[in-house]
Amino acid sequence: MLRDLLRDLKAFLFSALDAATSGGRKYHVWMGTLTGFILLGGYAYMIQLRDGLQVTGMTDHVSWGLYISNFSFLVGMAAAAVMLVLPAYVLKDVDFTKAVLIAEGVAVSALVMCLGFVVVDIGSPFRAWHMMPVVGSLNWPRSMLAWDVIVLNGYIVLNSCIPLYILFSHYRGKQPSKLYIPFMYLSVFWAVSIHMVTAFLLAGLPARPFWNSSLMGPRFLASAFAAGPAYMILVLSFIKANSEYPIEDAAISKLAMVATVAAQVNLVMIGSEVFKEFYFPTHHSINAQYLFFGLHGHDALVTWIRTSIGVNIVATAMLMLHPIRRDPRWLRAACIALFIAIWMDKGMGLVIPGFVPSPLHEIVEYQPTWVEFAVTGGIWALGLFVLTVLVRVALPIELGQMRSPYLTEEELAAAQEAASSH
Amino acid sequence: MTFEDVLRWQGMSRALERRLEDEGRAEGEWCTPEECTCGGGGPAGTAGADEGIPAEGWVNGEAIPAEAWASGDLHALHGSPELGEAPTTAGARAGAPAVTPGSDAAPRVPGAELLEKPLNRRRALGTLFGTLFAGTQAAGACTSLIPLDEDKKEEILLDWQDKLKGNFRRMTDAEKAETIHRLERLARLRRGVDLNITTTDAPEGVLFGYAFNISKCKGYRECVAACVKENNQDRRTGIQYIRIFEMEGSEVDFEHATAEYQHDVPAEGHLYLGTQCFQCGSPPCVEVCPVGATWKEPDGIVVIDYDWCIGCRYCIAACPYWARRFNWGEPEIPTEEINPNQHYLGNRLRRKGCVEKCTFCIQRSRVGRLPACAEACPTGARVFGNLLDPDSEIRWVLENKQVFRLKADLGTDPQFFYYMD
Repeated sequence: MLRDLLRDLKAFLFSALDAATSGGRKYHVWMGTLTGFILLGGYAYMIQLRDGLQVTGMTDHVSWGLYISNFSFLVGMAAAAVMLVLPAYVLKDVDFTKAVLIAEGVAVSALVMCLGFVVVDIGSPFRAWHMMPVVGSLNWPRSMLAWDVIVLNGYIVLNSCIPLYILFSHYRGKQPSKLYIPFMYLSVFWAVSIHMVTAFLLAGLPARPFWNSSLMGPRFLASAFAAGPAYMILVLSFIKANSEYPIEDAAISKLAMVATVAAQVNLVMIGSEVFKEFYFPTHHSINAQYLFFGLHGHDALVTWIRTSIGVNIVATAMLMLHPIRRDPRWLRAACIALFIAIWMDKGMGLVIPGFVPSPLHEIVEYQPTWVEFAVTGGIWALGLFVLTVLVRVALPIELGQMRSPYLTEEELAAAQEAASSH
Repeated sequence: MTFEDVLRWQGMSRALERRLEDEGRAEGEWCTPEECTCGGGGPAGTAGADEGIPAEGWVNGEAIPAEAWASGDLHALHGSPELGEAPTTAGARAGAPAVTPGSDAAPRVPGAELLEKPLNRRRALGTLFGTLFAGTQAAGACTSLIPLDEDKKEEILLDWQDKLKGNFRRMTDAEKAETIHRLERLARLRRGVDLNITTTDAPEGVLFGYAFNISKCKGYRECVAACVKENNQDRRTGIQYIRIFEMEGSEVDFEHATAEYQHDVPAEGHLYLGTQCFQCGSPPCVEVCPVGATWKEPDGIVVIDYDWCIGCRYCIAACPYWARRFNWGEPEIPTEEINPNQHYLGNRLRRKGCVEKCTFCIQRSRVGRLPACAEACPTGARVFGNLLDPDSEIRWVLENKQVFRLKADLGTDPQFFYYMD
């Protein structure tokens, strides 16, 4: 029994490696490009390791920059997988049964990027073992960052093990046992928790009035459930167009509805924050003033945030109009716009103004360096690389094309039958 | 690679032993009584006695009798009695004949003392890594025909052991002594300086507090210079713990203030207000640290274990007073400017990628001296003392002046007060 399992596991790994490394020219060009970006990012990171974080644009005043901005955005992308997991497994919506595996792949790739961004942001990465149990000392439950370490790692384990188990069962021509269902429910709650914890990480700092808002958590969720499904629609559309993997149109249109509603809620929340900051501006509104209008001639983020909000409004309006949302091409355009708008808003537009001006009202602006851009690009490329590999392995298994070589004729036929009946 | 090899590497500090003997010093001693300024001078009132032998010193909160200073019984002064626990070493210090250089019967060196203790897991790992790394270096050195000398090997080994040490708060006294010993040796090997690093505990019945007279401060920033000199801050990027704000008019308002003024002071129609770490009673920075690398000591000082800090900079984001600084690059400080009188949690040399901040000069205040800023202030605007001592000057200020604290509404309970004449 165990021997069979190990034998199949070995065969599975080889099949997966084979699937991930073979493809047409476009595929190789794509993976080659990503590898190039990863290598460039790696090179930039080596420089950062050698010289320290002084090679970034960060300072004692703006002590978090592009890395943490991308981190806070990508946590939302990871959490957004719940928008497919919930209907597929909990509500048993058949339209999502195929799409949900892709969503979990997206979550895993987003988490890889999240952890990557945290690691590159750490000043002494070789001392990261200080956070590990037994040998280190994690300041849990006091520190929200300790919570974040736990929930992110827990979520990546949940989101890689569940699909891996399902795929491996299918690979062996078996139906997965229902044992994974409790973990699936757990992952639904976990998804909400990762984004809430990340919001609390910022919102729990009275030193930074710009973040110290009870709306932070809900707004993180709303923006994540807009940008996440938007990104998922793009990925699913691409897979649908380039493989025979059966992704239901209904799944995409339902996701579009989710993105639309979440984007509307997000806009309401932005309006609520803008009202609170500017109806009667206090000393605590000074960061928002810097962000939206500039302060004493410092206005590095003004164009950035105005672009973000403008694009956000346009994208949400497009999604709200039925004819546009129902046309696949316009839908994709709206999704790209929404994704970019929220990336701008939830990244640089959220993290940087928390630091400018400083708690003692000193204004030092932030401009990322090429090292930061290269490392950021490298991590994004790594995330896309991981996503591509996961999809590349999952598709042939779910299509019944990739099966354990040790299956008997009858088992194979039965498995094929099961795969096509889905 | 056998375990014996590892042990041989461990015994590498023979080079040190030879050097010590050449200089006529006993084992375990890093400086002779004559040149020793450890302890950072005596208690309050003897601050100027650095050059001579102070009447008495404080170590670990206990007074050391003057005879001990005079007789050069420095083990206690180093705050590391464990180093002297091997009886032979004590004997050697007491006047046993020094072992002749080169003699085979001379294994009792600091490294050898360490060997006698059972290797714990982390030390064993450090040894292993150090050995492996030294091995690769040696291999590299072979090809370039430059031999890796004993000092270099020892440095690599000690460096690895240092990298794998634990959180200071969890160290036993023996581990603390060993760590100090290692850091002092590393400084000797790397920079050729003799440091005196202490781990003096918080004195009983002391809660340090600070009061700043905004009527008196004229913005000379003597305190800033003294602080940098005392606390071994990075000279290249010019890390400063203290910021003196020049504020327009007579209102305390950071909106209309600058800490970057470059003109003669005091400027007409301005007031000056200094900030630094306020050693909050309820410090947000301590709450947020994911690894517990920063904490509040019983005497109220918020400290950082620089080597336990992973450099996530969450504490910098959490501080409402912008009191924390990060070493964005490798800190640089000319060897002749290094202040050798250091505290493990205070002004010892930092590394790239860790956070640091004001500790009310823990290396001075815990042995009864004023922080460097308070000592340097030419206008008497800075009052430092024990909040629990009803006769202290700071208590007099709190009882007889109107005082306020910055951002008191945040509930951080700063132990730093502002007052006016």
